[in-house]
Amino acid sequence: MATAYKEEPEAAPQSATFVNIGERTNVTGSAAFKKLIMAGDYAKAVEVARQQVENGAQIIDVNMDEGLLDAEAAMTTFLKLIAAEPDIARVPVMVDSSKWSVIEAGLKCVSGKPIVNSISMKEGEAAFLDQARKVMAYGAAVVVMAFDETGQADTKQRKVEICERAYKLLTGIGFPAEDIIFDPNIFAIATGIDEHRRYAIDFIEATREIKARCPHVHISGGLSNLSFSFRGNEPVRRAMHSVFLYHAIPAGMDMGIVNAGQLDIYDEIDPELREACEDVILDRRDDATDRLIALAERYRGPDAVAEKQAQEWRGWPVAKRLEHALVKGIDAHVIEDTEEARLQFPRPIEVIEGPLMDGMNVVGDLFGSGKMFLPQVVKSARVMKKAVAHLLPFIEAEKDPNARGKGRIVMATVKGDVHDIGKNIVGVVLQCNGFEVIDLGVMVPWTRILETANENDADMIGLSGLITPSLDEMVTVAEEMKRAGMTMPLLIGGATTSKVHTALRIDPAYDGPVIHVLDASRAVGVASTLVSDTLAEEFVDKTGADYAAVRAARENKGQNELLPIADARANGFKADFALKPPAPVQPGLHSFDDWPLEDLRDHFDWTPFFRAWELAGTYPSILDDAVVGESARNLFADANAMLDRIIAEKWLTARGTAGLWPCRREVDDILVRPCDGAEVRLPMLRQQTIKSRGRPNMCLADFIDPAGDWIGGFAVAIHGAEPHLARFKETHDDYSDILLKALSDRFAEAFAERLHKHVRTDLWGYAAGEQLTNEALIREQYRGIRPAPGYPASPDHSLKPILFDMLGSPSGITLTESFAMLPTAAVSGFYFGHPESEYFGVARIDRDQLEEYAGRRGVDLAQAERWLRPNLT
Amino acid sequence: MITSEAARRLRAEAAKRILLTDGAFGTMIQSYRLTEADYRGSLDLGHDQKGNNDLLALTQPQVVAKITEAYLDAGSDIVSTNTFNANAVSQADYGAEHLVRDINLASARIAREAASAAEAADGRPRFVAGAIGPTNKTLSLSPDVNDPGYRAISFDELKAVYREQADALLDGGVDFILIETIFDTLNAKAGIMAAIEAGEARGREVPLMISFTITDMSGRNLSGHSIESFWASVRHARPLTIGLNCSFGAPQLRPSVASLSPIADTLLMVYPNAGLPNDLGAYDESPDTTAGFMRGWADEGLINIVGGCCGTTPDHIRAMADAVAGKVPRAIPSARRQTFLAGLDPMRIAA
Repeated sequence: MATAYKEEPEAAPQSATFVNIGERTNVTGSAAFKKLIMAGDYAKAVEVARQQVENGAQIIDVNMDEGLLDAEAAMTTFLKLIAAEPDIARVPVMVDSSKWSVIEAGLKCVSGKPIVNSISMKEGEAAFLDQARKVMAYGAAVVVMAFDETGQADTKQRKVEICERAYKLLTGIGFPAEDIIFDPNIFAIATGIDEHRRYAIDFIEATREIKARCPHVHISGGLSNLSFSFRGNEPVRRAMHSVFLYHAIPAGMDMGIVNAGQLDIYDEIDPELREACEDVILDRRDDATDRLIALAERYRGPDAVAEKQAQEWRGWPVAKRLEHALVKGIDAHVIEDTEEARLQFPRPIEVIEGPLMDGMNVVGDLFGSGKMFLPQVVKSARVMKKAVAHLLPFIEAEKDPNARGKGRIVMATVKGDVHDIGKNIVGVVLQCNGFEVIDLGVMVPWTRILETANENDADMIGLSGLITPSLDEMVTVAEEMKRAGMTMPLLIGGATTSKVHTALRIDPAYDGPVIHVLDASRAVGVASTLVSDTLAEEFVDKTGADYAAVRAARENKGQNELLPIADARANGFKADFALKPPAPVQPGLHSFDDWPLEDLRDHFDWTPFFRAWELAGTYPSILDDAVVGESARNLFADANAMLDRIIAEKWLTARGTAGLWPCRREVDDILVRPCDGAEVRLPMLRQQTIKSRGRPNMCLADFIDPAGDWIGGFAVAIHGAEPHLARFKETHDDYSDILLKALSDRFAEAFAERLHKHVRTDLWGYAAGEQLTNEALIREQYRGIRPAPGYPASPDHSLKPILFDMLGSPSGITLTESFAMLPTAAVSGFYFGHPESEYFGVARIDRDQLEEYAGRRGVDLAQAERWLRPNLT
Repeated sequence: MITSEAARRLRAEAAKRILLTDGAFGTMIQSYRLTEADYRGSLDLGHDQKGNNDLLALTQPQVVAKITEAYLDAGSDIVSTNTFNANAVSQADYGAEHLVRDINLASARIAREAASAAEAADGRPRFVAGAIGPTNKTLSLSPDVNDPGYRAISFDELKAVYREQADALLDGGVDFILIETIFDTLNAKAGIMAAIEAGEARGREVPLMISFTITDMSGRNLSGHSIESFWASVRHARPLTIGLNCSFGAPQLRPSVASLSPIADTLLMVYPNAGLPNDLGAYDESPDTTAGFMRGWADEGLINIVGGCCGTTPDHIRAMADAVAGKVPRAIPSARRQTFLAGLDPMRIAA
C-alpha cells in the first residue's frame, strides 16, 4: 500500500447529515470548563475547545452564561483566543447565550459564518425580528427556540405552531430559510410527573411536522436535558440519548448538542435497557418510568455493563462461550474452551463444524449486513485460528481425506509484486466463512499457482496485486491457465485492478469464469456463489455478459482521439521559470540511517490506515462516526498500543536517502547530472488526450528549465518487520500481522512526507520559512511535488532502477523484476521544486509517443510496450 | 428602499460581454515623479506627505483625473476611486485623518466626472466604484504574539471608520462600494455592515463589490480563510460582484477563482497584480502576459469582470480588453439551497 502519489486534496468541503455540536465549552454544561473560566485560566479553556474539535465536534458551542461572570468579557476573550488557533478555528462557532448583548459582542469577534444560539419570540415579534435582522447583518445562521410570549413550547402542537409562526416572520423579512435552525425543546422525561411523559415523543413528532411545514430548516436540540433524572448514571443516560437519536434523526433532527464520544451504538445497547428506554421515550407503557428506574439501578457505576457481561459469559455453556469469544474477538480463554469442547464432542472435527463454525457464521452475518467491521472480523479470525490450531493435531490423528470445507481457494500475490495486506484480509474473511484457503504468499510465479491449484483440486484461484505491472502478470496467469486447459474460476483483486481492465484484458485471455472482486466484503459473496450448485451458472453467465458489454461499449465508443505527440508537446505546460527555486543549500546525496520513529509517528496520515481496513471515513472524525466509530476507535487504540511497543522496543528502523542534483530539460527528457558526473537521461511521458478549455498537455519535464535547473530524488523504507511478522504467523495472529504491515506502510509514507519537508526547508531550502501543520502536510499545501515512478504522473516503473542508481543504491532496498520495492513499506520518487508543479495523470498515450519513448529510453519497442501497457489501452 | 439603477445596468452589460475594470493607481502615480511639495500642495499638515497617494485628489486632482481617463480610454467599463487608504486609520499615519471626508468626496467626483464624460462620448455605460481598502489594522489577529487575545481595533471602531469613508464616497457620487484586498474576513464583515447601514440611512440600495486577497500559497488570506469559507462568510451581503484582487499574480489566483466560480451566485470580478514584484519591487509582467492569463480564464468561462491591481497600467487593460473581446462571459450559477457555515474551513449541512 506504499504510494507516493496521492490524489489532489479534495476540494469538496465538509458535508454532514447529522451535525455534532461540541458542548464542553459551555459553562452551563461543563463544570470543568466553568471552573477554568471562573479562575481565568483561558489557556486551559482553549485546550478544552481543541479537544472538542479533535474528538470530532463539527461546530463548537460557546456559552458563558454564569451569574458571577462578566459574560460579555468572557465570551469575547475566549472567541478572540480560539481565533488564533487554526486547529480550533477551522470549525464554525455557535455563539450561545440567553442575553442578546452577549451574543452581539460575540458576533463582533467571529470571522467566519457562525450560528447564533438563540433567539425567540419570548419578548414579542418586534424584538424577535430586530434581533433576526442583526443576525443577518452579521452574516450568521440562527437557532430559534420554540418559545413565545406565553412561554416555552411543551406539547407537539405548541412546538409546531410557534416554529411555523417564527418561520413565516423570518422568511417575511428575507431571512434565508436554510439558515434557520429550530430548537423545539428537549425536556427531561422519566421524572415521575405525568405531564412530562410525552416530552420526547412530542419533540420527535413535532420535528417531523416542522420539517414538512417549514422547507429547508434544520432541527437541533440539547440532548443532556432528556436524561436529567438519571444524572450520575452514565450508562443509562447514554442509552437514552442513543435511543432518542435513533428515532429523532429519521424524523428530521439533523443537529444536536451531544458529547459524540458518549453515544452507544443502538444495536449494541443491552436489549432490556434499550426496550426500557424506548418505552419511556415513545411513551409506550404506563409503568415505563418505574421500570426504567428499577432497571437503572443495575447500571450504576461506570463499567457496570461491561463488568456484568464479563462475569456472565464465563458461566455460559462451552458452545455459547466459543461463539461469544468469536463474535467479540476475545482470545483470552479460547484454548481452554476449545479443549473443553473437544472433550465433549465425539470427534475433534465436530468442534470446528459445530460451535466454531456457528460462531463464525454469526460473524459472517454481522459483517455481511454491515453491523460489524473488518478489524473485528480479523480479530474473530484470530480466535478461530487459535482454536483450530489447538484442534489440528487431534484431527490429523484421525484424518478423513474427503473432508473439505465450503470450498478451496488458492490465493497468491503475483510474480513481481510484494503487497499482501489486501490479499491477507480477503483470505481471513474467506476462512471465517468456511472456505479453505491455500495462501501461496507474495511474488508467486504462475507455474506454482497452477500446480498448487491442480494438486489440491482447488475450486478457484484468487490473484492479487497492487502495482501496475501486476496487471500484465495476471493476464499471463490467465493465458497459462487456458493453455493448461483449466476451467476453474479466476478471481481478480487488488488496488490497481478494475472491472474494466478485467473485462478488456483478463477475461478474454481465459476460458473459465473471470470475476473482478472489488473489495474484501464482496469476496465471500462471490466465492459462495461460485461454489453453489444453483447460483453459480447464472452468476457466471451474468458476469460474462457484463464484461462483454464493457468490451462492446469500449469498442463502440472507440478510443478518445489522441493528439499527435508533437501537437501535445506544443500545448505543453509553460512554466514561469522566473519562479524556479534557487540552487539547493546542500546539493548532493544525504543518507539517514535511523530517522526517529517518534517524529514519524507525529507525521502519520491515519486516513489511509483506516481505508486499508475498509473503514470509510476521514481521521479524526472517523473515530466518532455513528456507524464505524467504535470499530475505528478500537482499531486506533490497538494501533497506538502497537506503535508504543514498536518505538519502545525499536522493532523498526527508518532508513532513507535523498539527492539533489543539477539538471536541464531537453524536449521531454530531464538530463540529470548526479554526483558521479555522467549525465543521466530521465525520459518523461506527456499527456496526449485532447484538452478542453485551454488546459495544457502536462509532462513532468515541463517543470524543469531547459536553461538549467535542479531536481531531487529519494527512497525511504522501513526495515525490521520480518521477525515480528514471523512471530505473529507462528501464533496464528493475522490481526497483529496485518496491523504491523499497515503501520509499517504508515511509517514509510510519513517518512516520505517528513523527508520532503526536510528537503524543502533545509536541504534544498527553497521554503525555509514553511510552517505547516500535519493536516496541511497531508493536504499537500506546500510548494513542490514528489511524484513516484509507476504512479500517474510518471507511470513507467522502470525508471526506479535509474533513480536508485542516482541515489547510490539506497541501502537495503531491492527491486523485484516488476520493480516493486522490498521491503514493501517503501516509497521512492522525484522532487520537483517549481511552485507551479502539480500532480496529474498521464493517462492514455498513443503509439507515436511509445515508439519515440522506446528510442529515448534505449530499449526495443516490445520492452517499452510491456512497461507502458496500462497507458496504451 | 430604492434599488440601484446602476447595479441593474451593470448586470445587463455583464450579461452581454466580459467587462473591464481599471488597473493600478500607484504605479501610474509613480511615473509623475511627484515631490513632497507636490503631494502637500497648500495643505497645512505636520507629517511628510510623500506617498500619500489618496491626498492627491485634493492637491493634484489633474493627476488623478488623467490616470482615470487613461483607463477609460483603454477600455475600462468600471473605474475605481483613488481611495484605497482614504480612511481614518491609514490617514492617521500622515496626520491627515481630518481630511478623510474631503479626500473621498473629491476622489469620487473626479471619477464620476471622467466616467460620465466617457459615457457621453461613446454611449457605452461606465460605472464608478468607491474603493475601500482593508486599513492596516486587523480584527482577527493580535499584533502582539505574546498576547493572542489582544486586538489593535474593535469591530465597532472599524465599522465607524468604514462608515465615514462610505458616506463620503456615496455623497461624492459613486455607484458601488468596492471593499477590496480583503486580508481579514472580519474587517470585511465590518465594512459590509457599514455599507449596508449607510444605504439604510439613505433609503437606497448600496451595491457592494467584494474582493478577497490571498496571502499565502495555500490560497488563504491572513485571517486563515480559503475562498470558499470566505464566500460563506460574506454571502449575506448579496454583493453585486465577488472575487479576488492583488496577491501573487494571475496563476496563483487561478485555483481560488476556479473554486469560487461554480458556487458564487453573482458576478465574478478578478483583478490580479502584474505578476510578482522583481528584486527592486517593480512589476515587470508584460501586458500581453497578464492578458494571456485573462484570455485563458475567459475561455474556461470563469469570469465576468477583469482588470488589474498592483503593477498594471492602461496598456495592461487595453491588452486585456483585446484578449477577452467577444468571449462569452461566465454563466452565473444558481445558489444551492443549503446551509453554508464557515470557520476557517467551509462547512455545508445537507438540507
